[in-house]
This record gives sequence, structure tokens and C-alpha cells, in this order.
Amino acid sequence: MNLPPAPVAGTRPLSVSTGSPRGPRRSRAAVLGESVLEWVIRLCGISAILFVFGIFFFVLREGVGFLFGGLKLGEFFFSTEWYPTSLSNVRYGVLALIVGTFSVTGLAMLIAVPFGLGAAIFVSEFCSDRWREGLKILIELLAAIPSVVWGFIGISVMNPLIQEVFHVPVGLNVLNGALLLALMSVPIMVSIGEDALKAVPDSFREASLAMGATRWQTVRRVLLPAAKNGLLAAILLGVGRAVGETMAVLMATGHAVNIPKSPFDPVRTLTATIAAELGEASVGSPHYQVLFIIGILLFTITFAVNLVADLVVKGTAKG
Amino acid sequence: MLAPSVPPPPVRPRHPPKIQVRDLRLSYGGQEAIRGISFDVDRNDVFAIIGPAQSGKSSLLKCLNRTIELVPGAKQSGTITIDGLNVDELPSVYNLRRRVGMVAPLPVGLPLSIFDNVAFAPRAAGFKDKHELAALVEQCLRQAALWDEVKDRLHTLGTKLSGGQQQRLTIARALSHEPEILCLDEFSIAIDPVTTMRIEDVLKELKQRMTIVLVTNLVQQARRLASRTMFLWNGEIVEEGPTDVLFSDEPQSRKTYDYVNGIFG
Repeated sequence: MNLPPAPVAGTRPLSVSTGSPRGPRRSRAAVLGESVLEWVIRLCGISAILFVFGIFFFVLREGVGFLFGGLKLGEFFFSTEWYPTSLSNVRYGVLALIVGTFSVTGLAMLIAVPFGLGAAIFVSEFCSDRWREGLKILIELLAAIPSVVWGFIGISVMNPLIQEVFHVPVGLNVLNGALLLALMSVPIMVSIGEDALKAVPDSFREASLAMGATRWQTVRRVLLPAAKNGLLAAILLGVGRAVGETMAVLMATGHAVNIPKSPFDPVRTLTATIAAELGEASVGSPHYQVLFIIGILLFTITFAVNLVADLVVKGTAKG
Repeated sequence: MLAPSVPPPPVRPRHPPKIQVRDLRLSYGGQEAIRGISFDVDRNDVFAIIGPAQSGKSSLLKCLNRTIELVPGAKQSGTITIDGLNVDELPSVYNLRRRVGMVAPLPVGLPLSIFDNVAFAPRAAGFKDKHELAALVEQCLRQAALWDEVKDRLHTLGTKLSGGQQQRLTIARALSHEPEILCLDEFSIAIDPVTTMRIEDVLKELKQRMTIVLVTNLVQQARRLASRTMFLWNGEIVEEGPTDVLFSDEPQSRKTYDYVNGIFG
């Protein structure tokens, strides 16, 4: 019996060999089916890119006419006067909205970062297996609550609570929105932060403990430095979530164009402005177009945050 | 210095053993890993433990510094005493772990600089003075025969060192808390023979000042370094005695002869 010539290394990858030497070759249909499947999967991947660019293109197209014809950029960025529907004195200043967004987000992060990272450290390092499972389910449940429900809680629970605790006339303000945003971004931080801590090899923990370090010293001196990139990414993704959130802040922050002087002042955010006004602006009008320019601004902010998070995570991979 | 509660032991011609293990049993979730072993380790001596994989060597080391408590499902009975004190009754387990240095089979460079790796344990023990810390780090790196290679880059990542250098770094780190007992668990598994010989020379030096427990797969390493050797098999002692006897033509057990001469295992 003549043996078939041995495959020359490098001419054909071994994994493509078709069955046993004596078995039948793969049918043409199977080969075709596989290449079709490969193309479908490739299309799915490409479509994600297409959608992102498509959305960006659409938002840009709606706003670009006014961006380059008529809108005063100085007024847009540095004026706090937002009178888009005024007949005699039209003003498109979004400074107050930007400050509104960042004040709510900033305060939310001040609350959420210590809580989120603390919870991630507790879940990953200090709690027993049974507790961990229960807590993780609860945390994921927290992430699944729709934002309109959070807004409802902001109005019906937090509002009177803030009025009573801080003796302020209105409970719909920066603090209210920030608390809600904090609760909404904590689950993201916990689950990504926990993953980052779990990715630290156990040998580090063992080495540290074997040198007489306590558990807390191990966390602070070994695990946090080792996982810092992943933890930073967790924080930034939480920030991205908070900046983009609309419904809860629309309902809970009081929705007043205002530069806040304290956490108890009402504000309005960029997202809430779009949500509240887009339905009433006539299509193609300057007001309509300026709302899309706000959309571009938001897009840029979240894109920047995600990009930084991405670069930071890449940093982890490089180690 | 770092373990202020324990003064250096008085030097006597014939002193009590440094470590006494009595009827030690250990099981992981019902499965026995160590089945009732007893032995003594003399002060300022190198005590070698040989035996095939799964014979309980590494588990035994974990019992010495009580890191076995961190292993889920591990259950231990019997007593281990160091300087006559039961380790389970010591007030501070952290203090115990500083007294018993541990070097793992694969070098674990913590994701810190070389300096911070060595300064880790002293800092954890509350050591603050910068100059003393720097002096201590230098001393430990010198003892581990690593100083000359890294003195110009103390603040680069310890994980960037080569395997043999990292292993010496972990030895320097284990020395940084000035242990009375140094446990080495197959330290030469990931490094080349030349580096292994360098570390063995280091160990001969260190023997003057501390008790060394050496777990090794290389029976010849035990022969080179240890004055007493214990042959563990399946969690039980096959033979324990002077290294010369174990490696002679007539050890107590036929199994020992076969193992050290490479006839099996």
C-alpha cells in the first residue's frame, strides 16, 4: 500500500486536515457552510462599527448646519443663558448645562467611588463564598433597575427625605441626582473592580500573608497596586454611565437652568435638556439643531471617557 | 530587631531542638495529606525533607507558619512547637509568620519595585525610618547575593528580573523580616544549576544565624546541604536521620536506598 506523501510543514496547517487518512474528505456543502458562517460573523462585527459611525454621522448631520452657520461658539460654551424658544431674545448658552452635568456627575463619583471600590474589595477579598454569591446577585439586580424607576425613587423617596434631613425647601437638586447616579454606577464599578482584583494571582496574596502582613495590608500594599489599572477602568466606566444617564437626572435634579452654588440647588444636565426639549422643537429649526450639537458634545465627552478607560485597560494587559 | 518579642537564643553546647513536631496530621476535605508525623529540627541546622510529589512536604511547611489556615477545607491536628512554644497558642500569627520565612517554589515577585519588594515585610511590621530601611534592604540583598546585580536599579519592577534573580529576590524578601527559621520549598525548580549553586552557597552562610528547613526534589541537594534528612512518602515518614546514613549503602529502609539512588520515584 502506498502511503500518501507526508504533508510538508508550512504548506498547509494541520488543523485543516480532513478527517483520518482513510476517512472521506469533507463535503463541499460543509466547506461552503463554514465560509458562509464566517462571513456572517464578520458582518456582525463590522456592523457594530457601522452603527457607531452611522449614529455619529446622523447626529452630526442634524446639527452641523447650525454649527457652522449662525451658532456663536463663544456664547454656546460660555454663556449661562439658555432661552432657545424666546421670540425676542434667543440665547443658546449651555455653560449652565455643562456645569450641571459635571456637578451631578462629580458629586455622584465622590459618593460612588469609595462605595464601589470598597464593595469590590469586600466582595473579592473579605467575604465568604456564600455571602459573595448572594451579594453578587443583589448587585447585578441593582444594575438591572430601569433608570425611570430610579427617577421615581428620586421624586417620591429621596425628595422628602432630603427636605427633612437637610431642612431645604426643595429636595429635587444636585444631591438627589448624584445619589441616584451613584447608586446606578456602583454596580458597574463593583463587578469590574471585582474582576480586576480576582485577576491578581493568588500567589501574591500567599506571599504577602506568609511575610506576616495582615489581610488589609495585603489589600493596600499588594492588591491595589497590582489591580490599579483595572480599578481605574472600573471608575471611568462608572463615570461614563453617570455622564450619559438621562431619565433619572431629568426627574430628580429639579430641571432648572442654573449654576449650582451648593448641592441643594436644582440644576439641569445636557442629557435631560435633549430629552425634555427635542420633542417640542420643530424639525430643522435652530433650537432643534442646537440640541443635536449638545448631542455631539455629549458624544465627545463619553467617547473621551471610554477611550481613556480603554487605554487604561490596555495598560493592564501590558502589565 | 523586627521580632522584638523573641530574644536571640542563648548558645549552648547541647540545646533543645528549634522545632518540635508531634503527631502532626493534616487533611484536605477528608483526604489525609499528612498522617501523624513527629520529628525535631535542631537550631542553626539545615534540615532537608525529600520525597515525591503529593507526599505532604509543602503542606508541612504551611503548617509551620500557619498559612495552612488560609487554605479552605484544611484540618490539622497534633502540635508544632518553636522554641518550646506551641505555634497554635502564640498571641500573634503575624509575628509567627515573620519569624518563619518562606520561599515558594516559583518566585513570586510582587508587582512592586525591587526595593519595595524587600521593604514590604518590614513596612508591614511598622518599620518607618527611611535610612534604616534602606540599610536593611541593602543588607538583605547582599545576603541573597543579589545586591551587585540590582544596586543601580532598585526602583525598577521586581518582576522584570530574570527567574534566578527573582528567586534570590524572594530570598532577600524572606530575610527582610529577620526570620529565625527559613523554609525553602523546592527553590531551585525554576532556575538553572549555576544559580542554584550560588543560592546553596548563600544558604551555607545563612545557616550560621538561622535554622533552615529545605524541601527539595533534588536528593543530591539534600546531600550537599543538610545534616539531617527526612524522607516523606504519602504523608508518612519512611526514614529520618543523619543525612550520611540516609545516603549510605545501608539506610534503615530499603525504600530510602531505592529513592535516593534513583531506582524509583
